[in-house]
This record gives sequence, C-alpha cells and structure tokens, in this order.
Amino acid sequence: MPKQDEALFQFLLRMGDNTLVLGHRVSEWCGHSPVLEEDIALANTALDLIGQTQFWLGLAGEVEGKGRSADDLAFLRDVWDFRSILLVELPNGDFGQTLMRQFLFDAWQSIMLGRLMSSSEKRVADIAEKASKEVAYHVERSAGTVVGLGDGTEESHERMQAALQHLWPYVGEMFMSDDIDAEMVKRGIAPDPASLREEYDALVGRVLSEATLTIPDDPFAHKGGRTGKQHSEHLGHILTQMQWLQRAYPGANW
Amino acid sequence: MRPSPDQIRDWLDAVPDPEIPVISVVDLGIVRDIHWEDDTLNIAITPTYSGCPATSVIAMDIETALHEKGLDKIVLKQQISPAWSTDWLSEKGRAKLEDYGIAPPQAAGGPARCPNCSGTSLEKVSQFGSTPCKALWRCTECLEPFDYFKCI
Repeated sequence: MPKQDEALFQFLLRMGDNTLVLGHRVSEWCGHSPVLEEDIALANTALDLIGQTQFWLGLAGEVEGKGRSADDLAFLRDVWDFRSILLVELPNGDFGQTLMRQFLFDAWQSIMLGRLMSSSEKRVADIAEKASKEVAYHVERSAGTVVGLGDGTEESHERMQAALQHLWPYVGEMFMSDDIDAEMVKRGIAPDPASLREEYDALVGRVLSEATLTIPDDPFAHKGGRTGKQHSEHLGHILTQMQWLQRAYPGANW
Repeated sequence: MRPSPDQIRDWLDAVPDPEIPVISVVDLGIVRDIHWEDDTLNIAITPTYSGCPATSVIAMDIETALHEKGLDKIVLKQQISPAWSTDWLSEKGRAKLEDYGIAPPQAAGGPARCPNCSGTSLEKVSQFGSTPCKALWRCTECLEPFDYFKCI
C-alpha cells in the first residue's frame, strides 16, 4: 500500500475502532439499565455506533485493498492492531459514568464529524454526513442526562463529579496529533485533532457548568490507544467476548 | 421487454417495510435510483439509520419481489449520500403512519398531534423508541403512549 493510503487506512481505523469499541461497551447495558426507556436509548445508541463502524471499517478495508471486510477488521484483528482511544475501552462503571463518557465522546464526535463533512475525500464526507445526523441525537441526550444527574440529588451529583474526575484524564487523547494526522491535514481529508479543542472546551464547559460539575484542572492525559502503542488491559477483555464466536467458528454467519 | 423504472417503482411500492409494514419501501423514501445497464437492473438504496437491522432485510425483500416478477439480474447498491431524510417520506406514507398509530415527523421536532385522539397536549417520554427511527411520546389528554417518527 502506498504511504498515502496507509495514512488514510490508519485514520479510518481510528474512526471505526472508536465507534466499534464504544458501541460494544454501550451494548453491555442492554437489559441492565435503571429504567426501560434508558435501556432502549442505550441500545439504540450502540446500534448507531455499530452501524457507523460498518461504514468506517468498510471503507478502511476498501482503502487497504487486501480484500478485508468491515467484519474481518472488527473480528479478526488483535489488540495491537486496534486504534481506539483509551476512553472508549474503559469499563462502563455505573449508569452516570457511562453517560458521562458518552457525553465526553459525543461532544468530540459531533465536532469531528461536522469538520469531516467538508473532507476532500468524498467517501469520508459521505459517512460524516450520515453519522452526524445520528450523533446530533446522541449528544443532545447525553448532555441532557449529564445535566439532569449532575444537577440532581446529592448522591447523583457526587457520582457524576467522581465520574468526571475518573474520565477527564482520558479526554486529552482525542486531541493529540501525529504524522498520520499531519498527512490527513495536508490532503484536506481530516482536520488536525488539536484544532477541535477550543470548540470542544466551549461545548463541554457549557454543559458541565449547567450540570454544576467542576472540570479537574490537571492537564495530564493518558495516551497510547489511537496509536496502538499501549492499549489499556480492558481492550483485550472486550475482544475475547466480542470476537469469540468468529475465532471459535471461523466464517460462521446467520 | 425490460419493464420501465416507473413500473419497477410501482412493484417496489408493494414491498412493505419489515418494521412498519403499513408503509412500503418506496413510501419510506429509501429507493434512490432505478436504472438499467444493458440487461442488469441497478437499484440504489439508502439506509435510514447506519445500524438499522431492517436495511439488510429490505434488500432481501426487494430482490425477492423482483425475482417474482421474473427479473434475475439485479444489482443492489447502498448509497449513503445524500443522507436519508424524513423529508423523503411520501405523503401517502405519512398518512398511513398516522393511521397505524405512529405520529409522522414534523420539522418542529415533535409530533403535531396524538395519533389516537388528535389531542395536542403531548409530552416526550424518551428520545429513543422501539426502532432507531422512532421516539416515544405520550398524550396527556388520552394518556396513551405513542411512537413518533423522528425528524432527521
């Protein structure tokens, strides 16, 4: 694969692995949510994310040109080949923590997709156009729930503040740039992640302030997921469950 | 002789949506293009929501329906841009949805009236409903919950 396409392939894996791993995580709530409406909402969100994964990884396989499908990429790669950020790999925690993570991701994704809609690569712009309609719903709901729980009872407030303390060090990775991003910027395919930070901070700051929550002022950021250099131990556990069927019964379908 | 794209569209108008069988796949606005290339029929379908499981069932139903009409060289293509919009629901489809008890989408972002009693005092229960395309609302006059077809 020419170097240019290798960069695009890696970029697409980053987009698709984020939605795949988060979609899987969110689907773990199916049948376990505090109330039926929330259960349905989480399952719907997971479904959208998995659907978006099919587009991103489908295109990744096409760009790679080795005949790998979205399913092959999802089910037959190992931990070190995943390019998902650490934030989406983290265990769900309680319902509040799950929705806090969802909001922190949705806010980033909504801004990223907005920029990608004017990508010079039409196939990327098309996926962004489609996905951004769904993500507009996701961020509206997760922001609303974060406000409801943050500015809720004493207990819900404490839990949401604890969730924010726990998750905030994982936010920074979404805005880190490397050679792959530089290549995407050069070709007009995707923005420099760092350039999304200002808009992100404004959106997240507004919602968290309405939720009466305080953003930790420690700028430390965990990293290693989007480069694949150092995933958290959680990703391996996710894959053992997610990939088990295809690994045990190669090619199984229904 | 090859049937015309209009004829084929009429046939597809008899293929029900698997999740909401009162409307057809044509009513839903997901059949974006029908054209012949030599003796091969090309149909472009756009998914409603990225992950909607009905999409693959719809593709299968369309192929089955056209096979029954004697067409065997069919290529179904998924087209994601322009992204599907509820503006593409047919007027006939909107009326059928309401008859069926699903409030049709409104640009204002919420249902215009209760599909059961036509009451206008409504509240949103959840932004998400039984399928990706619907939200759950309730009428505070007749107290019945109902599905609202989200406007996207």
